[in-house]
Amino acid sequence: MRPFTYERATSAEDALARHDHETYYLGGGTNLVDLMRLGVETPARLVDVAHLPYDQIQLTPDGGLVIGAAVSNSALAADRAVREGQPMLAQAVLAGASGQIRNLATVGGNLLQRTRCSYFQDAAKPCNKRNPGSGCPAREGEHHNLAILGHSTACVATHPSDMAVALAALNASVRVRNRAGERTIPMDEFHRLPGAEPERDTVLEPGDLVTAVEVPPLGMPSRYRKVRERASFAFALVSIAAALDVDDGVVRDVRVALGGVAHKPWRARRAEAVLRGSAATRESFLRAAEAELEAAAPLRDNAYKVPLARNLIVRTLTELVEGTA
Amino acid sequence: MNNATTPVHADITLVVNGQEHRLNVDTRASLLDVLRETLGLTGSKKGCDHGQCGACTILIDGRRANGCLALAVAHDGADIVTVEGLAQGDQLSPIQRAFIEQDAFQCGYCTPGQLCSATGMLDEVARGWPSVVTDDLGSDPVLNDDEIRERMSGNLCRCGAYVGIVAAVKQAAQDREAAEA
Repeated sequence: MRPFTYERATSAEDALARHDHETYYLGGGTNLVDLMRLGVETPARLVDVAHLPYDQIQLTPDGGLVIGAAVSNSALAADRAVREGQPMLAQAVLAGASGQIRNLATVGGNLLQRTRCSYFQDAAKPCNKRNPGSGCPAREGEHHNLAILGHSTACVATHPSDMAVALAALNASVRVRNRAGERTIPMDEFHRLPGAEPERDTVLEPGDLVTAVEVPPLGMPSRYRKVRERASFAFALVSIAAALDVDDGVVRDVRVALGGVAHKPWRARRAEAVLRGSAATRESFLRAAEAELEAAAPLRDNAYKVPLARNLIVRTLTELVEGTA
Repeated sequence: MNNATTPVHADITLVVNGQEHRLNVDTRASLLDVLRETLGLTGSKKGCDHGQCGACTILIDGRRANGCLALAVAHDGADIVTVEGLAQGDQLSPIQRAFIEQDAFQCGYCTPGQLCSATGMLDEVARGWPSVVTDDLGSDPVLNDDEIRERMSGNLCRCGAYVGIVAAVKQAAQDREAAEA
């Protein structure tokens, strides 16, 4: 591992002032420390932001939440207000990683974790995300767990976060600070599709510090489901965050976001558009899923994800209607 | 800013199993490395060094965590408990006793991590923390076998002692309830 200096930020202003082009902010370190050990990330300086006063979950008057970026994944999932008001968010966090990792990992770090594409994580291999212009071996190589939607010739990686999928479905926004001030970025615009710049996972600029995630109230039943290669402690093949509001058999409101299928949490807006005003039946759910997945462009070894995503959408929405979720 | 080749050191204080240590550590050192190499506490094991196997699990300020993923310098001031600190003198902790009584290990390499993980996990259950297999997120979880398996999934055992591990965790949970009743 490349030697680095370590500094503990005393305030957001202090963290911003310390940042330069060879600096990384450190949260829980569960992904960054591993990537440094692998030689994938080589910062000269770590500025620890895990001790900044962003470790609270605040309820807003309208029933929404402001979740501090330094809140641990465990604390978020255990929070009673989250469990009752936005259960799919608690479930998504609990579906990720292990108990040990969730205790260390922060909300901010969870958003900014990197893809687990095996070529990205192997510093000896070409990878356009790690080393722009070096090529993408995944396209012809090992890609059974990579993207089916929104990928580019440069990159077929997926975003690994479960939490971010639920946040996308919740219409959450990310609160960001830099030296010019504060701004909020809608969750659906926070992560990028790879295009010609797969090295950029998000729209953040150098030095930007994530301070919180704002979650508006949900007010309808929700559920997170995850399909993976083993029963626990594995990344998603496909996952779904879904919420459904049915009135007299008709879909009044619906949210669907998919994980494990794209470079970002995939908000299924086509499916949502088909569903709004439709009968809350299996046939509608199937039609909506198929409308969303028309855009799928599976690779040689991951076409299984298309029916998997379709079935997951249909099953999860059906469960929400039946109240068994 | 360093020149990328010279190691950088920092002074930190750790309380490990109740004893305070003032240490000068390489910023790159993990808590696991400091425990094993500097303090000679070799109970915590280095299995994968990537947070995937759980053999390095320790308690940091009472919460279970992977020692291999925690930079020592980032945990200045922390209170650490390792497998060496679970017993009270010669008195094994309930989870240690249960592992012996339920035959919950074969080679023993993963066991220190399993013990620390189970210790932290039982505390999480006592706090009412749910897991992904908890049916009703609104109520406190009940620690059945599915819950134990899910909550212990961050600890791998290559000998496959899982059946005994589940039984041991269950026994320790019951002992704990009995002690609190």
